[in-house]
Amino acid sequence: MTALRQEPLAEEWARQRARRRSSVLARLRSKPVAAFLMCLPLLVLIVGLIIYPFFYSIYLAMLNKRETQVVWLDNFRFLFTMDTFWLVVRTSFLFTFTAVFFKALLGFILALVINTLPTRGQRVWRGVSLVPWVMPLALSTLGWWWIFEPTHSALNWILVELGFAPKSWLADPFWARFSIILVNVWYGTPFFMIMYLAGLKSIPLELFDSASIDGAGPFQQLRFITLPMLKNIIAITMLFSTIVTFANFDIVRVLTRGGPRNETHLFGTFSFRLGIESGDVPLGAAVALVMFPILAVSAFFILRGVRRSVV
Amino acid sequence: MAQVVLKDLNKKFDEVYAVKDVNLHIRDKEFMVLVGPSGCGKSTTLRMVAGLEEITSGEVHIGERLVNDLPPKDRDIAMVFQNYALYPHMTVYDNMAFGLKMRKFPKSEIETRVKDAATLLGIQDLLKRKPRQLSGGQRQRVAVGRAIVRHPQVFLFDEPLSNLDAKLRVQMRVELKRLHHDRLETTVIYVTHDQVEAMTLGDRVVVMKDGLVQQVGEPLELYSKPRNKFVAGFIGSPAMNFIDTTIVEAGGALYAEALGLRVRVPPDRVSRLGPYKGRAMTLGIRPEDLREAGGGDPQDLVFEALVEVVEPLGSEILLDTRVGNQTLVARVDPTVRTRHHQKIRLAFVPDRIHFFDNTTDEAIA
Repeated sequence: MTALRQEPLAEEWARQRARRRSSVLARLRSKPVAAFLMCLPLLVLIVGLIIYPFFYSIYLAMLNKRETQVVWLDNFRFLFTMDTFWLVVRTSFLFTFTAVFFKALLGFILALVINTLPTRGQRVWRGVSLVPWVMPLALSTLGWWWIFEPTHSALNWILVELGFAPKSWLADPFWARFSIILVNVWYGTPFFMIMYLAGLKSIPLELFDSASIDGAGPFQQLRFITLPMLKNIIAITMLFSTIVTFANFDIVRVLTRGGPRNETHLFGTFSFRLGIESGDVPLGAAVALVMFPILAVSAFFILRGVRRSVV
Repeated sequence: MAQVVLKDLNKKFDEVYAVKDVNLHIRDKEFMVLVGPSGCGKSTTLRMVAGLEEITSGEVHIGERLVNDLPPKDRDIAMVFQNYALYPHMTVYDNMAFGLKMRKFPKSEIETRVKDAATLLGIQDLLKRKPRQLSGGQRQRVAVGRAIVRHPQVFLFDEPLSNLDAKLRVQMRVELKRLHHDRLETTVIYVTHDQVEAMTLGDRVVVMKDGLVQQVGEPLELYSKPRNKFVAGFIGSPAMNFIDTTIVEAGGALYAEALGLRVRVPPDRVSRLGPYKGRAMTLGIRPEDLREAGGGDPQDLVFEALVEVVEPLGSEILLDTRVGNQTLVARVDPTVRTRHHQKIRLAFVPDRIHFFDNTTDEAIA
C-alpha cells in the first residue's frame, strides 16, 4: 500500500527535477545568455581593472589631502594656479610631439632601408632593430643613465676625444629634456619601423613598376605612391604612439626624477611625485585625470581611423 | 613608331637561366605575341624590354637606340600589367594623367589627351571614380587608357586579360585588336600563356619554353609548320595527337607502323624519312586532320579506332578513340553518327601528317 503511494511521488519528483534541469539547460542554451557568459571574463577584467579604478580616481581627486572630506573641484583649481603644473603641461607636450615626430621619421627611414635589403638579410636587421622595444624600458633606461653619467661614462669621453666640451647631460634643463626625448625615440622607433615595414610590404610591387614606367623617380614614387598608400597606417601609428608617449613614466623616473627643478616632469611622474612621494594622493589623482580628456580625443581619432581603414 | 631588337638576350636568376640567347626582331607597328607555359621566360623578356629587370647579357634596342642602360621612364614605352597596377588612391583621371604629370606636360594638354583616350575606350563617365569602384573590365580599360595617353613608341602588355572572366576576355581581345589596327598603329609586345589569344592577336607569335625561343612565325605558320614537338603540342586546341610509330619499308614504300595502325608515308616525304628506316619516330596529326573514312580513301591512310567518348560541340564532334594502346582525338563533322564502344574508320589527311625525331623532338619536314 505504502509502496504504491510512494511510487507516484518519486516519479513526480524525478519529473520535477528533470524539468528544472532542462529549464536551466535551456536557459544556458539560449543565445543571449550564452553570449553573456562568454563575455563575462572580459567584463570582469574591464570593470575591475579599468572602470572601477577610473571612477575611483575621479572620486579620489575630489577629496582633501587627508582624504576626509569631499572638496569637489578644489584640487583642480589649486593645480591651475601652480606654475609647476603649467611647466609640466608644456614639457609634456614638447616631449610628446618632438619624440613622436622623430620616432615616426626615423621609423619610416629605417623601414624604407630595411625594405630595400634582400629578403634574406631582412629578418636579421628587423630582429636587431626591434631590440630596444623588446627590452624592459626601466632596465634599458638604467643603461642610458649610465651612458649619460657625466664624469666616468662613454658619452662624455667620446665628446672630449672629439674635441668638444663635456656636458652635464641630466643636470642641465635643455640637455636633460634632450636626453629623455632621445631615450624615448630610441625606445619607440622600432614600433614605428615594424608598423611601416608591414605597410610597405602590403603595397603591390607592380605599382612601383608602373610608376617607374610612368616616369616617377625614387623621390616621386615615395611622394605619390608610398606615402599616400601608407597614409592610414602613419596616422594611426602616430596617434597611438602619442597616447603611449604622453603617458610615459619610466624614462623620466629613472633618468631625472623630474629634475632639474621639475623641468623634465611629465604628467605621470608629476602625479607620482605629488601623490606618492609628497603624500597628497587626491592632488596626484587630479594631475593624472587632466591627461584624460587629451588622451580621449586622440583615442577617438584612432578608433575612427581604424574603422575607416577597415571599411 | 619603332622596331624593337633583342640580341643574344640572357637573364640569369642565381644560377638558372630564365631567358637564354633570345634573338628577336620586332618590326615597327607589329603586334608581336610572346606565348608559352608559365616559367618559360616570356614575362622576364618583356620586363627586360621595359627596363624593370636587369639584363644579364645581350642587347635591347628600341628604335635606333640601345636602351640597356636607360631607366624605364626614358625608354618611351608604356606597359599594362596583369593586375592592372592602378594607383588605388587616385581617381581614374589622375591614374591616366600620372605619367603625363611626371613628364611635366601642360595641364590643358593632359586634359585633352586623357579625355580623348577615355572616349576612345568608353570610360569617359568613370573619370572621377576610384579604381575600387570599378569592375574588372573597367579597370582593364583604365589600365589601357593610362598606357595610350602617353603615345609611346612601344606598348608592352603582360597578360592583360588573364584576370577577366572568359566572356569579357574574348570581348576585350577583339577590342585590343581593333584598337591596334585602327587607332594606335604602334609596336606592341604582348605576353600571354593563352595560345588562343596569341593566335588571334598576333601578327607574329614567339613560342617560348624554358627560356628558349622555340619558334617565331605568323600564327598559321606555327599551326601548319611547327618546328618541333613542343610547338606542335602547344598551338592548337584540342592538342595535336602524337603516335609512337616505327618506320618500315614494304614493297618500295615507307610506312609508319603502330599497333592497329599502318600509314603510308607520303611520297614527297620519303627522302627525308629514309634514314629513319627501322627506327622509332613520333607521328603527329591534329584532331581536325583526321576524318571519317569514306569509300574513296586509299586503304593505306585508313585505320579502325574504338570510340571511347563522344563530345558533341554543335559545330563539330570530338571523338576520343583508342587505337592499339594509344589514344587519339578526332574532330569530325557533326553529321557523323557514332556512339561509345563502337568502332569507326578514320582517315589521315596525308599532307597534314607531321613527323618528329624522337631524340631531338625536331620536326622532319
